[in-house]
Amino acid sequence: MSEAKKSSWKTACYQWLDERLDLAGWLAFAKKKTVPEHKHSFWYYWGGISLFLFLVQCLTGVLLLVYFRPGPEAYESVRQITYEIHFGWLIRAAHSWSANLMIFAVMVHMFSAAFMKAYRKPREFTWWSGLALLLLSMLFGFSGYLLVWDETAYFATKVGLEIPHSLPWIGPFLADLARGGPDVSPTTLQRFFALHVVVIPAIFTPILVFHLWLVQKHGNAVPPSEEAKPKEQRKSIPFFPNFLMKDLAMWLITLNVIAILASMWPVQLGPAADPLKPAPVGIHPEWYYMSSFQVLKIFGALFPGTTGEVLGMILFTLGLVLWALLPLYDTSSQFGKRAKQATYFILFALFVLVTTTIWGYLAL
Amino acid sequence: MSEPEKKVALTTTEAGVATETSVAGGASVATEADGATQSEETEQTEAMPSKAPEEMHRRAFIYGLAAMAGCGYAAAIGYPVYRYLASPVEKAATAAAVNEISLPKADELPKGSALMFKFGTAPALLIHHADDTWSAMSAVCTHLACTVQYEADQNRIYCGCHSGVYDPKTGANVAGPPPRPLTLFKVTVHPGSVTVTRG
Repeated sequence: MSEAKKSSWKTACYQWLDERLDLAGWLAFAKKKTVPEHKHSFWYYWGGISLFLFLVQCLTGVLLLVYFRPGPEAYESVRQITYEIHFGWLIRAAHSWSANLMIFAVMVHMFSAAFMKAYRKPREFTWWSGLALLLLSMLFGFSGYLLVWDETAYFATKVGLEIPHSLPWIGPFLADLARGGPDVSPTTLQRFFALHVVVIPAIFTPILVFHLWLVQKHGNAVPPSEEAKPKEQRKSIPFFPNFLMKDLAMWLITLNVIAILASMWPVQLGPAADPLKPAPVGIHPEWYYMSSFQVLKIFGALFPGTTGEVLGMILFTLGLVLWALLPLYDTSSQFGKRAKQATYFILFALFVLVTTTIWGYLAL
Repeated sequence: MSEPEKKVALTTTEAGVATETSVAGGASVATEADGATQSEETEQTEAMPSKAPEEMHRRAFIYGLAAMAGCGYAAAIGYPVYRYLASPVEKAATAAAVNEISLPKADELPKGSALMFKFGTAPALLIHHADDTWSAMSAVCTHLACTVQYEADQNRIYCGCHSGVYDPKTGANVAGPPPRPLTLFKVTVHPGSVTVTRG
């Protein structure tokens, strides 16, 4: 084929698509869009990394779904995935590592957004939807953890559900509803499976779309230090292709990290859950629940009976509400002003989270 | 790099000559990049007919490298995913590799009746004919893989999906759409069991 013929064929193809999908419009839009560039720009990548990890979760999750059998055969099916099916161990390890990395990335994303005061007007809903996505991610983790149905999964869920159980009046009702009975059983696994693969994704996905739409609508937030600069001193780079390429490079790095972690440290499978066996010594939740686990432990030691748990939960709820309402009471960080109190509050929250997590691991 | 060398590289760019001059050919990668910048600075308004050959080469090289890396990643992800999804296929292939099966108590099968059994992974038929002869064959229709049945009253093997008919003794396709006969197996009757052998 001659060069001219080849290019006319390409043009015709492009035109056919462009007339129907407005490719030129999209491209012009992507080229016009800019992303601010300053010394804190690095933190902009963490939202994209979180999104990539979520996509990895979808893909590996669907692959696990091919062989996973919820119900009484759950443990056996996970055993087959891990030890019999080719590369099943790798898919499972990638799903597990990527889940942990995703929660970590979302947390980094949240704290960096907090420190940059990205929650300020008009981005309140971006903040709230992001927070909802973090909580749902943790719920993803909690429900997915049980599906393996080994000893650790069983007791982690048992303990996890005893906490709402200690709430007065509605506690036992809620816990029984979550378990599908007074005990963690294959019935619990079945409903956690429904939560993990249908209910939570069905809630998560529209909120994610909303979150991304808001990010697109309002553009990347710049920190107050950057806002203080005159407009001509602020720098930005085009979204397409510059930022997108950098974003994709981050995705590639993340993919490599998952590959290394999953192949070097694949997840193991403990003995099958047995309600008649005593709990293994030193059992503890995943790292992202360690902070709350430790706080409950401290309160449990300070107060008799379930009072400690109840007080701990009230404290969590208050903390979470305070965190969520940050955009409403941090009025000092108006245009260009640094909000020291808000920074101290965010630092304090980060400090509590990190120290209680470390304390939790040391106290095991 | 000295200024004259740059100029020579620049003339190459301006002229859009496809062949490399001795200076441009010997110049480093940086020369050619410098040359491109220089041509912009000198406000060259005429349409650039083509890029410098070295830039074309470099661009092609980088694209090639990126494509290779992309293929590498696609293979590194695609291969485990393929093997993962194909696991049961391999398992079935092992199970299907059975050449002989012993059917306990099958010798008690009444005359003019048939027994459906699993041979490897697929269904098969063992028929005890009215004249006390035996036959065994695959029960998978050669048309579109439905499972066939033995009809004693009509002395035929019939496929309910598209009315294919086979001979119950030879497995020959007699009527309807089936393109080939059913695979026939060897039958050995022992006291207390029947052995069916492939081939």
